[in-house]
Amino acid sequence: MAYFSQQLINGLVLGSIYGLIAIGYTMVYGIVGMINFAHGDIFMIGGFVALITFLILVSIGLTFVPVILLLVLLVAMAMTALYGWSVERIAYRPLRHSFRLAPMLSAIGMSFALTNFAQVAQGARVKPVPPIVTGGYSLFERDGFVVQLSNIQIIVVITTLVLLALFTWLVSRTRLGRDMRACEQDQTMAALLGVDVDRTISMTFVIGAALAAVAGMMYLLYYGLVDFFMGFVAGIKAFTAAVLGGIGSLPGAMLGGLSIGLIETMWSAYFSVEYKDVAAFSILIVVLIFLPTGLLGRPEVEKV
Amino acid sequence: MATAPKTATATIDNGRSQSGFAAALKKALLSALVALVLFSLMIGVRTEAGSTGQLIYWTRFTELAGVVAAVFAGSLILELLRSWLGPFDAAGLIPASAEQPLKTAQRLFPLALLAFTLVFPVIFYDQRYILDLGILVLTYVMLGWGLNVVVGLAGLLDLGYVAFYAVGAYSYALLATTFGLSFWICLPLAGILAAFWGVLLGFPVLRLKGDYLAIVTLAFGEIIRLVLINWQSLTGGPNGITGVPRPSFFGIPLTPGDDGFAARFGLEFSPTHRVVFLYYLILALALLTNWVTIRLRRLPIGRAWEAMREDEVACRALGINITTTKLTAFATGAMFGGFAGAFFATRQGFISPESFTFHESALVLAIVVLGGMGSQLGVALAALVMIGGFELFRDFEQYRMLVFGLAMVALMVWRPRGLVGHREATVFLHHRTEISAELSREGRG
Repeated sequence: MAYFSQQLINGLVLGSIYGLIAIGYTMVYGIVGMINFAHGDIFMIGGFVALITFLILVSIGLTFVPVILLLVLLVAMAMTALYGWSVERIAYRPLRHSFRLAPMLSAIGMSFALTNFAQVAQGARVKPVPPIVTGGYSLFERDGFVVQLSNIQIIVVITTLVLLALFTWLVSRTRLGRDMRACEQDQTMAALLGVDVDRTISMTFVIGAALAAVAGMMYLLYYGLVDFFMGFVAGIKAFTAAVLGGIGSLPGAMLGGLSIGLIETMWSAYFSVEYKDVAAFSILIVVLIFLPTGLLGRPEVEKV
Repeated sequence: MATAPKTATATIDNGRSQSGFAAALKKALLSALVALVLFSLMIGVRTEAGSTGQLIYWTRFTELAGVVAAVFAGSLILELLRSWLGPFDAAGLIPASAEQPLKTAQRLFPLALLAFTLVFPVIFYDQRYILDLGILVLTYVMLGWGLNVVVGLAGLLDLGYVAFYAVGAYSYALLATTFGLSFWICLPLAGILAAFWGVLLGFPVLRLKGDYLAIVTLAFGEIIRLVLINWQSLTGGPNGITGVPRPSFFGIPLTPGDDGFAARFGLEFSPTHRVVFLYYLILALALLTNWVTIRLRRLPIGRAWEAMREDEVACRALGINITTTKLTAFATGAMFGGFAGAFFATRQGFISPESFTFHESALVLAIVVLGGMGSQLGVALAALVMIGGFELFRDFEQYRMLVFGLAMVALMVWRPRGLVGHREATVFLHHRTEISAELSREGRG
């Protein structure tokens, strides 16, 4: 039971990270109807930017951890958001009215370019960082197994919850959110009614990238390392999460992320670590076959 | 990087208020500024794990300045070219008088290309490197034609094609090393096994479309690769399988021994014999793929594929069995992938999961899309351009994927419908004369 509780905690933390990435997928898919293949790499870039910012801040003598974390968060979000914006401008906007395959291939190309860019710019080796946030609590002990809840896990979950609340509010209550939902339904009509479609789509990418940057930073804090290839698998899993939760739905993405995180952790804990990715990918296939609209998604009606 | 194309409104505004050069300069400055922010940390600061495991960093402002300057210059040149040349119009480039000879040339070109590929090993007999490159290009031509059945004809977006390539390669390697079967027995077996896996993948994804299908096939490809890595007892895990037997010349080994190919035919032994044989082997396999595809296109099943690509709902309403149509498309494409995989295994003599990553799938898909989705000649040319381009960057190994990725983006933005032609339905209701022209153009490629 204690072991199970520990895995439950680990799974929820991992799931929060997946959920944050999944929100970017689900928002972009909802509004422009394409899988943003480069999103996983945006997450990776976010991790790198957070790492470099952290190194610089420490080397100029900052020692107060909350301030460091806040600054790293802000810099990573801002800079990665610019990456998201640029990717959309360069690779997707010229292809918005092209045929279905074009933006997807363009996205795959962008994903390769970003992965390789990070590899060339920062080297192929894994970048480890010493634990930034240490300490934690022992919740309870049973059968000689102590269930731990570390401070970093608390930070990850709380940050995720706060951001999720913030962005849910943004989408449901602000002008920008209304524009986004309008574009999602009918871009031409939205444009006729005075919505700046280009700007709204850009903002969607910016928000998605900013959330991916947070996920990248949390990954860095939680696992203590980043590498240039981490975006690919994390990206597919997060997309799985978005599909599982129902594409286009923000709470769905979070729910999907948590489910994928839990399943992956439990699979590693009770079956085999080697096949945890196989488990995650198999879930994607199974969900798409039996539950194509996801847990919280709307059914899609095909017009003839 | 940040050479963002203008939106329609921005073009009009800039054209009215500013002269071309000032506008271009402004855009280039903006791009450079964006690039400066983007690259300030990623290029300006380099991190590395130091000797004690502690991360260290150092600054690289010269490189940063260089990249930003390059972005500025590139953006300026692009903008100026765009404003001076105006919108690029391909139709105006060809004068009307040249159209007839051009059409003839278009018809003769595939034949000339085929003749060239046939005499290729004779011309470059002494240049091992070029022969190897030819084999590599033909392998991708074959993969491209195989995937073309699934993506170009049936319209099913498959991002996991490499899985079938892997199944073919591992089938041959395992059958040959475990049971000692010859290449010519294993080749059809590898094709059948890959086709079987194609059906296995096809069944669950029958109801999926478009991007969802793409992501599921991608997941499938990754699952196969992960299983190959982790099932150590069968596949040798990350170490792969070594000592995969080389193919024989229909039973005669291509070795220096007494019963070898050279001795039997009274030639002096040369390792080039095997390379040339491999070249003709993959050429024959590729041409087989092409021929089968062309024939299938004219059969009811090929017609059904294209009908399904154009409109699945209408297709179903006409009484075409979507299940068999999709499954045969997956199986046929997978079979050719399996053949190519078996060839890959026998050519390399060594296979490992590293050869079957998502990159391969994306590369083959890029070849099909750049080839114009459905055009046989286009796919062959796209394979030549892609693999040839890849080879040009051999000396800059570390930048290869970066350039490949950016080239993919640029090509999509520039010509989303591919380099050569675009997909055409084989059958029309009207314009009967045009059909035969299309058929001869695409069919003989």
